[in-house]
Amino acid sequence: MSYTLKLRIWRGDKDGGAVEDFPVEVSEGEVVLDAIHRVQATQAGDLAVRWNCKAGKCGSCSAEVNGRPRLMCMCRLSDFEEDEVITVTPMRSFPVIRDLVTDVSFNYEKAKELPSFSPPPRDADGKRRMAQVDVERGQEFRKCIECFLCQNVCHVVRDHEDNKKAFAGPRFFLRYAELDMHPLDTHDRRELAQGAAGLGMCNITKCCTEVCPEGIHITDNAIIPMKERVVDKKFDPLVWLGNKIGIRNKDNDGRTEV
Amino acid sequence: MATTDHGVTSPGRAHIEARTLREDRWWLAPLTTFVVFSAFVVYATVRAFMGRDYYASPYLSPFYSPCLGDCVEGASDFGQPFSWWPLSAALIILIFPLGFRMTCYYYRKSYYRAFWLSPPACGVAEPHSAYSGETKFPLILQNVHRYFWYAAVVVGLILTYDVFLAFRPMPAEYAVGDGETSGVHMGLGTLLMIANVVFIWLYTLSCHSCRHVVGGRLRHFSKHPVRYKLWTWVSKLNGSHGRWAWYSLFSVALVDLYVFLLATGTIQDLRFF
Amino acid sequence: MSETNGPAEGRHPMTGNALSGDAQGGMERHTYDVVVIGAGGAGLRAAIAAHESGARTAIVCKSLLGKAHTVMAEGGIAAAMGNRWPEDNWEVHFRDTMRGGKMLNNWRMAQLHAQEAPERVQELEDWGALFDRTDDGLISQRDFGGHKYARLAHVGDRTGLEMIRTLQQRAVALGIEVFMECTVTDIFKDASDGQSKVAGAFAYWRESGRFIVFDAPSVILATGGIGKSFKVTSNSWEYTGDGHALAMRAGASLINMEFVQFHPTGMVWPPSVKGLLVTESVRGDGGILKNSEGKRFMFDYIPEFFKAETADTVEEADAWYDDKKNNRRPPELLPRDEVARAINSEIKAGRGTPHGGIYLDIASRRTPEFIRKRLPSMYHQFKELADVDITAEPMEIGPTCHYVMGGVEVDADTQQSAVTGLYAVGECSGGMHGSNRLGGNSLGDLLVFGKRAGEAATAYADSLGGTRPQVDEADVKAAQASALAPFEVEGGENPYTIQSDLQQSMNDLVGIIRTRTELEESLAEIEAFKVRASTMVVEGHRQYNPGWHLALDLRNMLIVSECIAKAAMAREESRGGHTRDDFPGPDAEWGTKNLVVNLNAEGTGVDLHEKPLPEMPDELKGYFA
Ligand SMILES: Cc1cc2nc3c(=O)[nH]c(=O)nc-3n(C[C@H](O)[C@H](O)[C@H](O)COP(=O)(O)OP(=O)(O)OC[C@H]3O[C@@H](n4cnc5c(N)ncnc54)[C@H](O)[C@@H]3O)c2cc1C
Ligand code: SF4
Ligand code: SF4
Ligand code: FES
Ligand code: FES
Repeated sequence: MSYTLKLRIWRGDKDGGAVEDFPVEVSEGEVVLDAIHRVQATQAGDLAVRWNCKAGKCGSCSAEVNGRPRLMCMCRLSDFEEDEVITVTPMRSFPVIRDLVTDVSFNYEKAKELPSFSPPPRDADGKRRMAQVDVERGQEFRKCIECFLCQNVCHVVRDHEDNKKAFAGPRFFLRYAELDMHPLDTHDRRELAQGAAGLGMCNITKCCTEVCPEGIHITDNAIIPMKERVVDKKFDPLVWLGNKIGIRNKDNDGRTEV
Repeated sequence: MATTDHGVTSPGRAHIEARTLREDRWWLAPLTTFVVFSAFVVYATVRAFMGRDYYASPYLSPFYSPCLGDCVEGASDFGQPFSWWPLSAALIILIFPLGFRMTCYYYRKSYYRAFWLSPPACGVAEPHSAYSGETKFPLILQNVHRYFWYAAVVVGLILTYDVFLAFRPMPAEYAVGDGETSGVHMGLGTLLMIANVVFIWLYTLSCHSCRHVVGGRLRHFSKHPVRYKLWTWVSKLNGSHGRWAWYSLFSVALVDLYVFLLATGTIQDLRFF
Repeated sequence: MSETNGPAEGRHPMTGNALSGDAQGGMERHTYDVVVIGAGGAGLRAAIAAHESGARTAIVCKSLLGKAHTVMAEGGIAAAMGNRWPEDNWEVHFRDTMRGGKMLNNWRMAQLHAQEAPERVQELEDWGALFDRTDDGLISQRDFGGHKYARLAHVGDRTGLEMIRTLQQRAVALGIEVFMECTVTDIFKDASDGQSKVAGAFAYWRESGRFIVFDAPSVILATGGIGKSFKVTSNSWEYTGDGHALAMRAGASLINMEFVQFHPTGMVWPPSVKGLLVTESVRGDGGILKNSEGKRFMFDYIPEFFKAETADTVEEADAWYDDKKNNRRPPELLPRDEVARAINSEIKAGRGTPHGGIYLDIASRRTPEFIRKRLPSMYHQFKELADVDITAEPMEIGPTCHYVMGGVEVDADTQQSAVTGLYAVGECSGGMHGSNRLGGNSLGDLLVFGKRAGEAATAYADSLGGTRPQVDEADVKAAQASALAPFEVEGGENPYTIQSDLQQSMNDLVGIIRTRTELEESLAEIEAFKVRASTMVVEGHRQYNPGWHLALDLRNMLIVSECIAKAAMAREESRGGHTRDDFPGPDAEWGTKNLVVNLNAEGTGVDLHEKPLPEMPDELKGYFA
């Protein structure tokens, strides 16, 4: 039932740190976060770790377990052998604050740069009408719990600090896609997605999709469709011509560039 | 491959030397891709430049279809507008399937990972110090993918036509038994070509650009029920796009190899009827 | 005003993250019109309203933006929009709410809530929320316990996520300033002109351990609940009753603290997730409860009060899902208190499952596709955490501490507490839900009263003109000393141990079924915890130190636990979320009064008194004839 887990945790702050051993008693059905909590309660009261719900719903407890970006509360110990060493480090793309806690403000900054939803007036009865099939794509993207694991794993910023300025990251490509597919939105953010958000920097290598704990098909359903939409707008002379002579469908009418 | 201080070892980030702490065999997938793709490229290059042994009536190698150059007799079903072309006829048309696959979102992912190591695997630092993705020449050209898709549809149609031709009776020089030179014929070659064309279509129709064109670009599915249906089907296929990419890669090479072996007389066609 | 605008040097412009955590130097100081403590649904909605009515507004929250408890809400937002049932309207919703709360609700709050919730939900859609739709393209509404009509606007089983993300994105779009991972530990007051008014708040940055003073005449508490005082709970670490305790220390009173909602369906296995919520939508969408003998036992537990509207045969109950007009509701959809008690009795009677729960079965009643479509996160949760495929096997579930009906006593129209300038909204306010909250009524509550509080707080701040209450420097020094106290102690106990003992004690003694002797015992234990807590020690330094944070939170947990135990002991009846084994039925006399708790004069414990319920006007009484 219970055994001693060979747990290693990175401890330190921005000035330096190292992985330290914390052998800890764990039992059946537990997750990495349980083990971390036990270390906190019995061995290192000041071990810094971020978490809230412990149910995979809030996206607070992001870290890297054996080098893979994971939610600690959804990372079951039964996925590992009992004698396996488990190494937990903070996310490696963001500045570290202390121990497992990183400064994720990059993501909040990027959120601020994104022009928000802009609806037309409501229907005469004060309600809005949208068909379920029209909102479904957006709903997939809105499952995002903002754990920022995709932002963390994306090599565009993980391996290139200097790209952070010009790249919003997969989480926000989801937002662009969501709004671009929104049946009511009146803004056209395609230029912005390509320009300010750096959609073109993504080389669709799909790591974001691989790590997303919500199983959102970030690359296939948001990024690539968004790239195709940008092509419509910027790179495809036929679409341009079609729009000019009015043989394209009117699905995008009524939207204005932001 | 040393990491640089542009990436995971940048100042401010948690100080960890290793470029990855992954302990699984993350290198296996990119390595496999590297080996298989390289082998294909070598094989395809050799075959494309050979300019011979691509036709064993009624089978035409997909590398050479449509055969528009100065092709061997019977291979050109669409005439020979490029008969002045001095090199292998494959080189005239191969740009289309090649461009299609080179700009394919799935292949891009695969070769960026396996050949460019950008990144080799998730959470494994890449070796390059600068990166601009697909924002600059030449990679910005990846955006023409949909035009290659249009071409790929045409190529798909031609290959389908080739399959019908593959039911033609065997000409005398390849016939091994009685009656093979008359009536409808089917051999292992036909079967391989059918399989190939099925995979090619699955690959072509599951393309992301196709998904976009048939309906993905819309904002109101509800107003376009037919396109929505189409989009739903394509989306289903699209989920396995990577698989179709691999299968069709193998099937193309296999059909070509089969034709090559027939044309060089190494083997004889296995006849069903 | 110059001293506020924009965050201080070295602090991140958006998140407030102190990038240089070790920076020395003075305290940060900011001036606002309205400071909202909490960034859940209630806090965000209040901040949006305050901002839109022209106040300089700040949001302060102790975790990151978008992580507040609201994110966990699953089922939906109750609002009588009539999209599925045109017969539905605010009057029906009002009646359901009052009956669900066993008539102990503040009638005015219940009325405002029922009237304003539909528009508040529509507003979310204006801001980008994507609710599930009906066939006509309207916002879809689902069935929930205690609601006569399908009324909960929802997005699969992640409605709270949709709500918080929408509000968060709205707040960001408006440019409201947010102080994340910043915990408020004190409310400042100014009593210089004879009347005590709010002057500001005191907080520390979790990242750096540095302190901040907010100068503001209006402070809105939106800190959520208290569930972390119990061992088996669906609540997160944040639910330490901060707002409840802050209000009491500022001089406000709490009501209804004896009413703690135990949700009937929490996970029981594996132990590490014991208490995790299994949404009521499982039952709303067809799930049923069975004991270890395979019996659908809820038919044995239909109380007199709900007999008329509850099906008494399996046939009728099952027919209800398709034909709601001609059939009565299945007993699985009785209000939560009833279902939780029934489950508790079955387990006590020895008819529980191997892990000490009972079975919640939807696998045998709906197709796998239906289940995966309607309950994606439940499917995910059981698959990932318990290795159970809910499309193939029943779930094992048991009651879990979920919600506190009690909270700061406020004025129904403005949400102002007894202290001028101090507002409370959301789960930390009291009155709206009476003795038991109906599912879906909390999210509606957050929106309706969030907006009201934000507007009232702005109006009050505006009314002050240039003469604002001033923060007393001595109070700042005291607040700082108090926050640092846990570092001063030597050789004491570690806060984690005290917390876990408290949780166990509350679970055992003040849990779902209560008796006088156990409550007495509990009060004695709480006294002992207080003594232990006065000498607890934390290791390390001030930078992101969870041990220290817990030590500060623990004070709040203790005071709130005492409120609950005291009020539970005083109320000698069973009603809603409060069940006394020694007083099993409701008592008409008790049905007319609230229990009010205050901090005692020494500030070391709580005092309690009775107060008559506000009287409902006659035209509303008509609904209950
Ligand atoms: C699992 C679960 C499912 C639920 N499902 C539903 C449902 O379907 N329908 C429904 O209506 N209700 C539901 N509820 C109840 C509802 O979600 C909560 O009651 C509601 O979200 C509380 O919102 P709030 O805004 O009051 O507080 P919260 O969302 O909890 O926000 C509290 C905020 O206060 C901050 N805070 C706390 N203390 C401090 C401090 N000292 N200093 C600074 N900031 C502080 C926190 O950081 C946080 O931002 C559910 C609850 C749970 C636990
Ligand atoms: S697919 Fe694009 S956004 Fe996603 S991780 Fe790869 S490069 Fe980053
Ligand atoms: S898209 Fe997925 S990985 Fe990225 S932040 Fe959202 S939930 Fe996390
Ligand atoms: S703690 Fe909320 S996702 Fe892990
Ligand atoms: S062929 Fe692969 S995406 Fe188009």
